Amino acid sequence: MKAAASPPGLVMPHIRPGRILAWTLLFIGGVIMVTPLLFMLSTSLKDASQVYDLRVIPETPTLDNYIEILGDGRFTRWLVNSTIVAVIVTLSNVFFDSLVGYTLAKFRFRGRYVVFIAILSTLMIPTEMLVLPWYLMASQFGWIDSYWGIMFPGMMTAFGTFLMKQFFEGVPDDFLEAARIDGLNEFTIWWKIAMPLVTPALSALAIFTFLGNWTAFFWPLIVTTSAELYTLPVGLSSFAVEQSIQWEKIMTGASIATLPTLIIFLFLQRYIVRGVMLAGLKG
Amino acid sequence: MATIDLDRLIKRYGHTTVVHGIDLSVRDGEFVVLVGPSGCGKSTTLRMIAGLEEISGGEIRIDGRVINDLEPKDRNIAMVFQNYAIYPHVTVAENIAFGLYRSNLSKSEKRQRVEQAAETLGLSQLLDRRPSALSGGQRQRVAIGRAMVRDPAAFLFDEPLSNLDAQLRTQMRIEIKRLHHRLGTTSVFVTHDQVEAMTMADRIVVMRDGKILQVGTPLELYENPVDVFTARFIGSPTMNLLPASLRDGGADLSLGGSVQVPPATATTADILVGARPQDLVPSSQGVPGLTVSGTVAVVETLGSETLVHIEGAGQTIIGSAPGRQIPRIGEHLTLHAPAERLYYFDKATEKALAAR
Repeated sequence: MKAAASPPGLVMPHIRPGRILAWTLLFIGGVIMVTPLLFMLSTSLKDASQVYDLRVIPETPTLDNYIEILGDGRFTRWLVNSTIVAVIVTLSNVFFDSLVGYTLAKFRFRGRYVVFIAILSTLMIPTEMLVLPWYLMASQFGWIDSYWGIMFPGMMTAFGTFLMKQFFEGVPDDFLEAARIDGLNEFTIWWKIAMPLVTPALSALAIFTFLGNWTAFFWPLIVTTSAELYTLPVGLSSFAVEQSIQWEKIMTGASIATLPTLIIFLFLQRYIVRGVMLAGLKG
Repeated sequence: MATIDLDRLIKRYGHTTVVHGIDLSVRDGEFVVLVGPSGCGKSTTLRMIAGLEEISGGEIRIDGRVINDLEPKDRNIAMVFQNYAIYPHVTVAENIAFGLYRSNLSKSEKRQRVEQAAETLGLSQLLDRRPSALSGGQRQRVAIGRAMVRDPAAFLFDEPLSNLDAQLRTQMRIEIKRLHHRLGTTSVFVTHDQVEAMTMADRIVVMRDGKILQVGTPLELYENPVDVFTARFIGSPTMNLLPASLRDGGADLSLGGSVQVPPATATTADILVGARPQDLVPSSQGVPGLTVSGTVAVVETLGSETLVHIEGAGQTIIGSAPGRQIPRIGEHLTLHAPAERLYYFDKATEKALAAR
């Protein structure tokens, strides 16, 4: 890419100091991020007696923890709970955030700006402050200790709405007008024409939402009381409370919990990067 | 097929009026071109016909039926957009089929219609492609296919050729014209390009500042422009306009010389004498008319003719010489236009004086 900088015929590319610095920093960053992950994996392959032996490669690696955890009905239940919550909340966000974002981006109506500012302003309120009203609401409606109770605060997000609005603004009106003349109704225009045009943004939104809910801990911890409704992070934390700290079990659970995240990232990372990049350009 | 009538059509955005109560009747099967500089209200007018803009006043009728409050989809019109507006996420065939979205035809009938349209437009080999794999001209053809597959009452074109390169534009111009001859569908075409207007229109509507200045066949507009704006807008290169002052039976040009002016209705002594470059040729002054001399400043060799820009008395005048007769720059040249090819305008009102 930078070959043009070097004269033709020169075999050795010129390595600039800036590039060396960049690679070094990236390497250090990589090590910092990967080390805990490696320890998590390595600990999950140790038995209880080896947990405080800090060697990365266990002396006698064992899969017992995995067998035990996956055989434990509670763990699979939490896995299912987390999946249900993350999938439903993600679908809901993809649907409602883009519906509202589209409306704000493409329709001219009185009060549009006020609605948009109102939605945006909720971004400035920290979750810790919202938890109390959420809890009061949940308890008044009888949603404590239910799936709906875990999910309702995240069914739509201001961030997602904002992201989608920005993207829909980049969709040329001509597409929508052509569809209007072709006889599609407004909902179908959104669904069949506008949505496919913002796939990168939808993918990014879906991935962020899924990961956010998969790893959510604070609210599910507060709103659930019975172990059958725990999500994975809440369930794993109970290993630390109920039966002293069983690090090898926690790490095994965490390793399994990380798997979907890793898979999603590996397969969809180009969408994430594209979505984030485009979001930056349009914002 | 249908007639389109605009009756005192008005468009306002807040307190700004952009279309000032225009009247226009488009006959059945006619190809009408709305032309004018940007901001003249031509696209807004088209979008009001399509139903994409609300109407602030007046009436639009298609086949005598008032359609002011009808949704675009209920007006039975098809529109081709400047940037094609073909959907990038579906194939050519699916794009064209969108034109039949509301029709009750069976699947096989729809497919047949799509294939028919594709064949007419030379897209048969491209039906399974995505728009990203098409050239600009092919994309515009897909957009036209989507419009024609429905067999609409009227076609609306909103500057459909302005995104194409010059060569393709000429080619598509001919294709659209040919298509119109074949289908005979009433068409309203918006452009800012007077060449497009002249070459395609049955009738041209010249618009400026939200008003219609003149409606007529291309030749009517060329021969009898009602004012300076139309005179300069139609025809390329633009008409030369020379200030002159009226006196008995003639007019003295401010750059020297005089012309005979037919009995006119001028209210002021100050007029403009117009001569099209094609009529202003190097020749002797045998016949009465306009004679101007000057120094050759620029020569544009077009092959079929040579455009000559001469400078005299502080004004540049464009004339034309035969293709093989190329004047030298700096040469002194006299150009002459016969009296019957001249145009006269009131300098103050810019309106034409008497029909020629």
